[in-house]
Amino acid sequence: METTKISGAEAVIRCLLEEGADLVYGYPGGAIMPVYDELYKFQDKLHHVLVRHEQGAAHAAQGFARATGKVGVCIATSGPGATNLVTGIADAQIDSTPLVCITGQVGKHLLGSDAFQETDIIGISTPVTKWNYQITEAHEIPEIMAKAFYIARSGRPGPVLIDITKNAQFDTLDFSYKKCTDIRSYHPKPILNKDKVKEAAEIINKAKKPFIIFGQGIVLSQAEEQLKALIEKAGIPAAWTILGLSALPTDHELNVGMVGMHGNYGPNMLTNECDVLIALGMRFDDRVTGNLQTYAKQAKVLHFEIDAAEVDKNVKTEVAVLADLKDALTELLPLIEKNSHTEWHNEFKRHYDIELDAVINEELAPTNGKGISMGETIEMINKHSNGDAIMVSDVGQHQMFTCRYSKFNTTKSNVTSGGLGTMGFALPAAIGAKMGRPDREVVAIIGDGGFQMNIQELGTINQTKVPVKIVVLNNEFLGMVRQWQELFFDNRYASTVMVNPNFCAIAEGYYIKARKVTKREELDEAVAEMMASKDAYFLEVMVEKENNVFPMIPTGASVSDIRLR
Amino acid sequence: MENKTFTISVYSENNVGLLNRISGIFLKRHINILSLNVSESEIENVSRFIIVVDTTEKWVQNIVGQIEKQIEVIKAFYHVDDETIFLENALFKIESGLLFDERQIQNIIKESNSEIVTVSRKFFVISKSGRRSEITELHAKLKPFGIMQFVRSGRISVSKEPMEISTLLQELNINKY
Ligand SMILES: Cc1ncc(C[n+]2csc(CCOP(=O)(O)OP(=O)(O)O)c2C)c(N)n1
Repeated sequence: METTKISGAEAVIRCLLEEGADLVYGYPGGAIMPVYDELYKFQDKLHHVLVRHEQGAAHAAQGFARATGKVGVCIATSGPGATNLVTGIADAQIDSTPLVCITGQVGKHLLGSDAFQETDIIGISTPVTKWNYQITEAHEIPEIMAKAFYIARSGRPGPVLIDITKNAQFDTLDFSYKKCTDIRSYHPKPILNKDKVKEAAEIINKAKKPFIIFGQGIVLSQAEEQLKALIEKAGIPAAWTILGLSALPTDHELNVGMVGMHGNYGPNMLTNECDVLIALGMRFDDRVTGNLQTYAKQAKVLHFEIDAAEVDKNVKTEVAVLADLKDALTELLPLIEKNSHTEWHNEFKRHYDIELDAVINEELAPTNGKGISMGETIEMINKHSNGDAIMVSDVGQHQMFTCRYSKFNTTKSNVTSGGLGTMGFALPAAIGAKMGRPDREVVAIIGDGGFQMNIQELGTINQTKVPVKIVVLNNEFLGMVRQWQELFFDNRYASTVMVNPNFCAIAEGYYIKARKVTKREELDEAVAEMMASKDAYFLEVMVEKENNVFPMIPTGASVSDIRLR
Repeated sequence: MENKTFTISVYSENNVGLLNRISGIFLKRHINILSLNVSESEIENVSRFIIVVDTTEKWVQNIVGQIEKQIEVIKAFYHVDDETIFLENALFKIESGLLFDERQIQNIIKESNSEIVTVSRKFFVISKSGRRSEITELHAKLKPFGIMQFVRSGRISVSKEPMEISTLLQELNINKY
């Protein structure tokens, strides 16, 4: 292999290019300056987006990764730069998002001396990374970077952090690059056990009331077609977790909605009625299962999963198929007998009608002179996007409304912080999603609380002119916490009232077109204007202050104890 | 589910930082490590951790799953005491005079199957390998005479059943090429 002598910093850039990265998010500082100097040199090939806070860089890289399926990259300096990334890294870890995070570090000779801006980022990030490594010599860079990308994107994806000392950035090395395809101790894809697939198929074929819950595993393994083929062939109703959303079109007649705390009535109630529960690439999070003691006790549970550590972790399985979802479903499909299960499917419809009556109709068309609801705003966006937008939601009530009511036609269209529930996620994540998918409309739905957690990223939008659409649903409350206070803490609204600034003026201060809607009559026209805009657009919608998200499973209750009001 | 003593064995690459990763898995679940030993293993360039914990089988399965998931971990196992041969090692430092003045000590050394590692003017050192209970018993016997220093190693153990880690590694290497 041919080699050339270059600096470690240049090697970092060349490695990124070798891995197909052409867009990185970051923020400079002393310990990463050699890399930034090279970024200047390579700016034609590698586009660097200057965010306004390193947390924004991590979330933007996540949004990029989630919307494209590629690895997101972010760069920060040592010390405070590195620690500012941590929330985004933790979020990516729990939501299995592939990230490569590069941090600068003080020179090797200073390690451990509490030097200026030295922080043990390896120690700090260990519990929240799939893998991390500190490079102290320039010659290590190509191999470690190759490993980082391989680990981040393979198997169950996740974030990797590479910390590079300043001397390693300055020193030279003989550069040659070889992609990593194998690590002795790491087996990203378990070998598919065909007998297990047969066992699972037999159980599915005998089932009277089979029920599928799918998660992000479908999206990560690109098994959307296989999922659709399976449910259509066997007539199995399929519900999704918050990260599985958009893998199956909303309008599909076997799509029965969302499971979990604020999920739909039918799939939650019927979890405790089905005879076979088929879990596809989901991990039985407690927000999904409620009380495990009463969760799907009557059902045989079949778990299709890539990560062995997830099997039997929360729910005991009858058969576990450990494999890449796409491989497993491809193997399973021919073994499945045609079926329709019409009566069972009608059960879901009956439950849906109950929910429609008790919750949905009122949410989408509020009566009695109530203010604008979050649900009807989402419905309005559906109307103008035709379900073709990527919806990026922050965390809180608006997130649940977005996930419950958004319409999706295509996969990888729902970007939200599921496992960590990180407020401040959506604004930077929307930037990343739009940059990754410039061909698609990207709409961020954010609460007045969460918007202020990374509001500075309006600056990134201003500088890059990335045409994202930002909708703040303003209820002048930390709404989701207020809902809990109302329901479980006797209406004691401790520190959840928000006195907000003039959001439109702030957006306009960043030269972003802004509009505020306070009346229902204006909503249609305002959303239309926003969706038609070629540029970034900020829309503030004043919504009913004390609206609640229902249905709801109170913490610790059984899924079938779901409350409609 | 009742608590039991489990010996967790981890075969891994010998990399900086892995100990931190593994101990974090216990920390996160608020499970205390009773003893920890890390050394080289029968396979070149492969380290072996032996970790003893008191917990339920459900937790130990969960922990072993999480450990095995770490990139640098080749394989992890867990065993109950009946399934392994295990021992600890202890050193007792005692004032030299006692060896000659207290004849009883010589009997204790003989009966306990321990050995004298070194004798100097000031002190002598007894080493004892065995089960935790045997070491505790010896400690109790020596205590009345005065122990200047006492230290005990983490548990080391080998399984009764083959762990077949070499075969596994061979397979991995075959798959590789
Ligand atoms: C970083 C962070 N801090 C605190 C929380 C706890 N939390 C969850 S939802 C919520 C309220 C969100 O309020 P807002 O952004 O206004 O959205 P709304 O619920 O009103 O739609 C809070 C504080 C969180 N999820 N993330």
